[in-house]
Amino acid sequence: MDRFVWSNGLLEINETLVIQQRGVRLYDGDDKAKLDVGVVLLSTHRLVWRDQKNHECCISIPLSQIIFFEEQAAGVGKSAKIVIHLHPAPTNKEPGPYQHSKFSYIKLSFKEHGQIEFYRRLTEEMTQKRWENTPASQPIPTATASQAGRTRAVGIVGIERKLEEKRKETDKNISEAFEDLNKLMVKAKEMVELSRSIASKIKEKQGDITEDETIRFKSYLLSMGIADPVTRETHGSGTHYHMQLAKQLSDMLQAPLELLSPEDLVNACKMFESLKLPLRLRVFDSGVMVVQLQSHSEEEMIVSALDNVSDKGSLTAEEFAKLLGLSVLLSKERLLLAEKMGHLCRDDSVEGLRFYPNLF
Amino acid sequence: MQSFEWPWQYNFPPFFTLQPNVDTRQKQLAAWCSLALSYCRHRKLYTLDVLEAQESALFNNKKISRKLSVEAIQVIFEELRKKGNLEWMDKNKTRCLIMWRRPEEWGKLIYQWVSKNGMVNSVFTLYELSSGEDTESEEFHGLEEWMLLRALQALQSEGKAEVISLDDGKGVKFF
Repeated sequence: MDRFVWSNGLLEINETLVIQQRGVRLYDGDDKAKLDVGVVLLSTHRLVWRDQKNHECCISIPLSQIIFFEEQAAGVGKSAKIVIHLHPAPTNKEPGPYQHSKFSYIKLSFKEHGQIEFYRRLTEEMTQKRWENTPASQPIPTATASQAGRTRAVGIVGIERKLEEKRKETDKNISEAFEDLNKLMVKAKEMVELSRSIASKIKEKQGDITEDETIRFKSYLLSMGIADPVTRETHGSGTHYHMQLAKQLSDMLQAPLELLSPEDLVNACKMFESLKLPLRLRVFDSGVMVVQLQSHSEEEMIVSALDNVSDKGSLTAEEFAKLLGLSVLLSKERLLLAEKMGHLCRDDSVEGLRFYPNLF
Repeated sequence: MQSFEWPWQYNFPPFFTLQPNVDTRQKQLAAWCSLALSYCRHRKLYTLDVLEAQESALFNNKKISRKLSVEAIQVIFEELRKKGNLEWMDKNKTRCLIMWRRPEEWGKLIYQWVSKNGMVNSVFTLYELSSGEDTESEEFHGLEEWMLLRALQALQSEGKAEVISLDDGKGVKFF
């Protein structure tokens, strides 16, 4: 028992708890040690024992001190034990419960059982010798740990420490992520300026660039129509501007437009009705918005959809679009509307989404 | 076995897609319930396993390459349950009892046979009723025991029979 040193029972950074067992009494050789019943803990580096009632009383021994160990079966009125044979204590050993012992072995007496599992784990650790890979740092001097009222279990502090490390790591990641966002904002400003300069170039060079290229470019820029709080100037603010725009749109729907952000376009379209223009902005259930002539009525659209579908047996949105020369998006909305009114039903399979007349 | 006559919906692809339109769906479900029950009646199926059912001809029409999703099958089964034609055998809803004829209806058929043959006041074992020679030509021949018992219990509650315990099982006395 003179190999043991006083300990605060806290695990070191690289040390992990393997198993612990209550109800264990220590023996100095064959004699009962002058300690009560306690909890024995096996870690990757040490064997630790702590008094169950008085948690301040805690001792440990490094696993490297163990030469070999064996089981001692239970007998009548005697608990099962594990006998552990030890190397002699190093000369610079820290103080412990025993200054001197005539025995070179100790026993762990398992009054509440658990010896089988403990023996198994001890064997594993002694085979793997994990303490050799990751040497635990010097234990914290007991002075700082033995404050009144500290009865922390060994494992929890290790876990807390890990949590703290993780938290610091997460904080760092978040700050880095926000750095990226700032960079993105700067990029966005650059992009908007770039698109503006290209737009004016297109306007000037209309004759030299092919129509196809122009269209492609315009759609590319429109898709970037970020509402740009970064560079928006006040065009004499929203409403008046949109009114003007609405009027212009109504006049020249087919003619090449100046580049607008989608937001401006929508706001202008919302004004059609109040400005008594012959166009309407229509919003479908799905959120899709279309601009259509005022004369288009719902019934007309549905009837035409039903006719087309019945005629062909069944149609997909793409087929319908081709038939009517409409965009796929618009034709789908029409089919969905007809389904909503109960005139069509759907066939949804791996082959795609197809609409049939509602024969149900 | 006579070949089963499929209804027109069975070859209509949309039948195998759960319809979003509420009114359309109601009609669709009614058709599925009716089909499921007649199919089970034709094949004398008294229980169904959901996953097996998905692969069976009932829910899987290979000719038009369409089959119902498990979700749709569950919706149909729920409809059947509400109408009293289906009972789940387990909490996870993987197997169910399918009652294409309700216990009361079976009870009536059995009692008709009993009284037609002047056998009121006799005692029968369950085995005799479901598997005896005398009942071979009857529709309830081959009826699974759990269903037979429910049918007899229905008759019991009408005062037309009493389920009794015999040496090696259950039996019934008709009044």
